[in-house]
This record gives sequence, C-alpha cells and structure tokens, in this order.
Amino acid sequence: MKILLLFAALVAAARSEQLFVGDQVLRVTASDEEQITLLRGLGERAELQVDFWRHPTRPGHPADLRVPFHSLQAVKIFLESNRISYNIMIEDVQELLDEEKKTMMKSRRMERSTSTFDFASYHTLDEIYNWMDTLVDNHPSLVSKIQIGQSYENRPLYVLKFSTGGSKRPAIWLDTGIHSREWITQATGIWTANKIATEYGRDPSVTAILDSMDIFFEIVTNPDGFAFTHSSNRMWRKTRSINAGSFCVGVDPNRNWDAGFGGSGSSSNPCSETYHGPYAHSEREVKAIVDFIRSHGNVKSVISIHSYSQMLMFPYGYKTAPAPDHQELNELAKKAVSDLAAVYGTKYTYGSIVDTIYKADGTTIDWAYDNGVKYSFTFELRDTGRYGFLLPSTQIIPTATETWPALLDIMAYVLEHPY
Amino acid sequence: DIDGVGHKYHLELELEDVLDKDSTVNCTAEVLYHLGNKNIAPDVQFTLEGELKNTDEADNVFYNRIKSLEKELVAENIPDNYGNVSPEMEPIHLLAWVASGYVIWQNSTENTKFQLAQIKHVKQVKRSDEYLEFDYKILLHEMLTQEIIPWQMTVLWHPQHGVEVTRDSRQPKQA
Repeated sequence: MKILLLFAALVAAARSEQLFVGDQVLRVTASDEEQITLLRGLGERAELQVDFWRHPTRPGHPADLRVPFHSLQAVKIFLESNRISYNIMIEDVQELLDEEKKTMMKSRRMERSTSTFDFASYHTLDEIYNWMDTLVDNHPSLVSKIQIGQSYENRPLYVLKFSTGGSKRPAIWLDTGIHSREWITQATGIWTANKIATEYGRDPSVTAILDSMDIFFEIVTNPDGFAFTHSSNRMWRKTRSINAGSFCVGVDPNRNWDAGFGGSGSSSNPCSETYHGPYAHSEREVKAIVDFIRSHGNVKSVISIHSYSQMLMFPYGYKTAPAPDHQELNELAKKAVSDLAAVYGTKYTYGSIVDTIYKADGTTIDWAYDNGVKYSFTFELRDTGRYGFLLPSTQIIPTATETWPALLDIMAYVLEHPY
Repeated sequence: DIDGVGHKYHLELELEDVLDKDSTVNCTAEVLYHLGNKNIAPDVQFTLEGELKNTDEADNVFYNRIKSLEKELVAENIPDNYGNVSPEMEPIHLLAWVASGYVIWQNSTENTKFQLAQIKHVKQVKRSDEYLEFDYKILLHEMLTQEIIPWQMTVLWHPQHGVEVTRDSRQPKQA
C-alpha cells in the first residue's frame, strides 16, 4: 500500500503536480485565547504539515486548516482532547480538485472547439470582453467594438456597434449592467447582441432596422461594479468611485444624470444605494455615454435595461407630470409587454417610472428624453422577488428569449416613426 | 383614508403555490397602516377562499432528516451568487422565506417594499425539546431605497406547531 502511494507521489512529482488525496479541510473555531495559542502551536509542528487557509485570529472566528491525510488522526485527537470545536468542510481535497479540473476542461473544450459561448451561464468581465472580440470576428462586416471612455478604475468602456454602413445613421442605444448586481441584464445583453448579429439577413424586422439604422450596445455599463460583484460583494449596485470625506464608496449611476438631478428621488448620502453623486455626470461611466450620445447627435431611442421587477417604463421618474409623448409611449409599452407575455406568460406592468415604480431623480432615460431622444424606455427584467438579483442561470435564456420580441417591437416602431 | 387612524387598503389577491404554479387560492385582505408612529406593524386581516395544500408528508420528511443529523446543520449563501439552491437546502430556504415574511410585516410601512435577497448564514441550534431552531443571518432588499439590509432572526419550527420568529434584529450594514 505504501509502495503505491510512493509511486503515485513520484509520478505526480514527475508531472510537477501536488497530490492532496485524502487530505481534509477542517473549520476550527477557538472559543478562547488559550485555544488560539494551541492552534498556532499546531501550525508550528512541522511534521504535521498543517496548512492554514485561514489563520486563527480571534475566539469565535473560524480558522480553516488543510490537514494532510497522514496527520488527520493526530490533529483530530489534538482538537478533541483540547475541546476545540471543528467540522469537516472538505472531506477529500483531491476529489474536489479533480471535479473542478474536469468542469474547467469541459468548459474550455466547448469554448475552443466550436467557439460556442455558454449563453446559459453567468460570466466574468474578462470572459465577456473576450466574447465581444469573438462576436466582432464572427461578424466583421456588421459588428465593431468601440471604446467610449474609461471607468473610475480605468477599465475600458466598450460599446458594440451594429451597422451596415452610412454615416451617422439614426441610431438606437441599448445598455445593460449599469447596476452591477443585476446580473441577468449583462447576460441578456450578451444573448441579445448575438441574436441581433445572427438575425441580420434572416429576420425581416432586424434586417429592415439595420439597413437604415445603427445599433449601439453597451453590455457592461459599470465594469468596476461588475468586477466587484465577482470579487467581493455580489450585492454591489453603484460605481466604485471614492467619495471625498466619506468611507463609503460609489455613486448610483442611475441617479447621476442631469434630469431632475439631486431631487428627493435620490440620496445625498454617499453611503446610500441611491447616492446621486457630487454633481450631475460626475461618474465617468455616465459622462462617457452623455458625451457619446451628444456628439453622435442622431440617437432616436435609448433603452436601458435593469432588473428586477418585471416592468417596462418610460419618462418621467423625476416628476409626476406626464411626458408630452405619454400616450404614444404608453401604447408602445403596452404592445411590447403583451408580446413579451406571449412567449412564456411572464407578466410585466408598464407606465411612466414615477407611476409604475417610484420617484427617481437623475435617471438615464429622463436625461435622454429631455435631450431629444423621444423613444426612451427602461426595462426591469425577471423576476418579481423570489430570486431577485440572484436569478438562477437556467432563467437566462428564457428571459432573453421573451424580452427579444419586446425589444424588436420598440426598435421596429422607432424605424417606422422617424422624427 | 381613516381620519386620525391611518390608511386602510382592501386587497383581492390570488395566492400561487411557489412549488406548484397551477395551484392557486383566492384571498381577500385588509391592511391598515397606522398614522404617525411608524414603529407599529400594519394590522392585517385576511380570508382565504379555499384551502391550502396539505404538506404533512414533506414536513415530516424534512423534520426527521434534520432531527437525525449527527452535527448541527450549518450553511451559507442560499441561493449562491449564481442563484443555485441545492435540493437539501430548499426547505431551509423556504423556512427563511416564511420567517422573513414575519420580519417584513413587522417592519413595513406604506413606503417600503421588502424582499428576502439571500440567506448569508444559517446555523441550527440544538434544542432539548421537539422544536427545530435555526439562527439565520439574512439580507433583505428594500425596493424604494434599494438598500440591502442584514438581519438576524431566530426561527423555531415544528411540523404541527408551525413557524415562530422568537428574536430578530437589524444588523449594521457592511461598508
């Protein structure tokens, strides 16, 4: 038996891979300072080779120890005889590593061989940015990638441009992920961008739209926030800009626009999730879009996509007075919502922001509308609260699929109603 | 509008079984939000038009499973960041849902809309009687302010005696 283990170790060493067969990870919680000292001592016993994944710091705070197979019995007897409580977090480290490796290899194989991106799972920022390049490579005469600026932490702000030519054609702007925790939106954005690219030349509606208009699509509108939801806090909403004079970070990018800026439908407290920022367009992520749309000069529709609540809304959020185009926008929203429901029965409510959800000041679409972009809409995608921001990835494709006809309705309407 | 008392809402609802979309029950309710003191929970009266499904079997399976665990149950992040809930944790998730309903009710005003966002941590607490006890640390999402509010709740449950929240407290927000 020992010979086999030795052989395995030699083979592994030859492949310069470390083996963790039978190793366990124990979560240990010391109840007083004396136990903390004992635990530290355990770490110093070289023959045991205990590897601290999380060091013992204070009583009541868990420490995680990887214990090699050969030391398990000794370590457990030590813990038990000193009445230090622990539980087995990982029964066999090698098993876990083998599983993980299998999954990663499978995923990589799939992505390399058919350059098929897994639309049915959530991705990291790097994966999304890489996929954008793949999309451009696969549709070079239709799709290009432009950079409209940089985030607070200097990440590039990329926009996919869908165009069949012309010069400054009337355009439709789409954005997802302005609130980073709303993961279903970036995921829907990817699927939708892919859909637009593949349906050009096949779907009459998409073809008609792209033959006369351009589409600009910013999928990760808040990349700093998005990276933060992956690395640190899944529930992060705002940008990651530092606020002078406060420990709290970030500005709500959907309260930072110059439309009713600073009103009661936003907060002046930097620690708040709806903090509007020191002044309108203070956020680079917002300023980049403002500058882009202003200098383009021919954007006819802005569609900003959020989650969750299942709503389709149009201006205003900052005032209760109906927008001049209220009737028309309301009718269009009604149709879009009906076509969305026809797919899987998902029910949306619709109306102006202030009537449908709450008073919100400094929002994207209010700014767009007040700056001449008549067909300005915002979506709140699935669900209505059961999973909320943590929507299971199995719902990504259904959500994108049902939202597609609603988006098409709006885009087709914009095409047919030039102004 | 009830002068000197508060605002009363009459609701007609259709309740849908989370585990069986085709199973619905109609319900009428009256909710009274008290004027002034925001620290009193709204009064709720309701009438179910029909019966709720019997869940005795599933309740007992869950109850016996937890009772027979060698070590107290401990879990984190339900659902996980990707929205996954393992089948074994589904009842723990549902229990939190019910219990958080009580916490939400006690803290609701006409200007709040709370949802359970996530269970950050749950730990079973050993009891000598027949009840199951769980110490939950949850995150509530408030729609108007968009805040994520950590909350602690101690939940008691028994198949025949139902759910009780014996202690709950708002926790300080992470920076």
